[in-house]
Amino acid sequence: MNHWPFVIAAYLVVAAGTVGIIGWSWRAMRNAERAVDRLTQASAADQ
Amino acid sequence: MHALANPARFLRIARPLTGVTLLLGVVLVAIGVFGGLLLTPAERFQGESVRILYIHVPTAWLGMAGWSGIAIASLAQLVWRHPLAGIAARAIAVPGALFTGLCLITGSIWGRPTWGTWWEWDGRMTSMLVMLFLYCGYIALSNARNERGSVDRIAAIYGIFGAINLPIIHFSVTWWNTLHQGQSIGFNGSKIAPELLWPLPFTMLGFSMIFVGVVLMRMRALIALNKREARLRRLVQA
Repeated sequence: MNHWPFVIAAYLVVAAGTVGIIGWSWRAMRNAERAVDRLTQASAADQ
Repeated sequence: MHALANPARFLRIARPLTGVTLLLGVVLVAIGVFGGLLLTPAERFQGESVRILYIHVPTAWLGMAGWSGIAIASLAQLVWRHPLAGIAARAIAVPGALFTGLCLITGSIWGRPTWGTWWEWDGRMTSMLVMLFLYCGYIALSNARNERGSVDRIAAIYGIFGAINLPIIHFSVTWWNTLHQGQSIGFNGSKIAPELLWPLPFTMLGFSMIFVGVVLMRMRALIALNKREARLRRLVQA
């Protein structure tokens, strides 16, 4: 049995999962921090 | 630990640390993966499939370390009322669940060419699957409690009690006669040949740093969401 397809599949699954969680967490962080900045700017403009 | 109780002080440290941990993690994982796929020899009995070791072991370690982190943070939340402990526990849950899932998938892929089966209901695999379910329960519970705006005490208690599964996972290969191999690396050294072992510390440390980077990003997102919610509440009241 050729083991390489199993090795490649395992590495691809881990790569996809790791890149996915980094991208998702980065986007969530950026969106949340930008929302706070927008709110801070809006309340400063009101005053 | 109490020095980081102030979110502003925590953010001052977390902001530069996020990029550094992620970058270092990616570099270390790249070295480990390159060595594991191209430089190490095939194992005598397992053949090329032994290369799955370099990603399977770090995912298993992070699945277990993640729950240890949840349990410690939950304890800090309940005992010392640390303001960031609940946020840390919630931030760990999703990456912890992901790496537990990846451990189960890579283990299953490894099992097919070496054991001739994708899955076996043995002690190690079943206790690891139980941990994935525990993570799913924790994520659902912490989100539900948060939506109601109440203190996350139930999720914290669940996080502490869920740690009972950690020694079960660790000792499962000793307590029960399992298909999964016994402990290969311990305090007394390693049963793995050095020419096969050397990429493992790179991937272990690299994935751990990526995990820390992801947790920091998720903590920053949760702190920002809490801050926004508090400001909107103040605006409505004014």
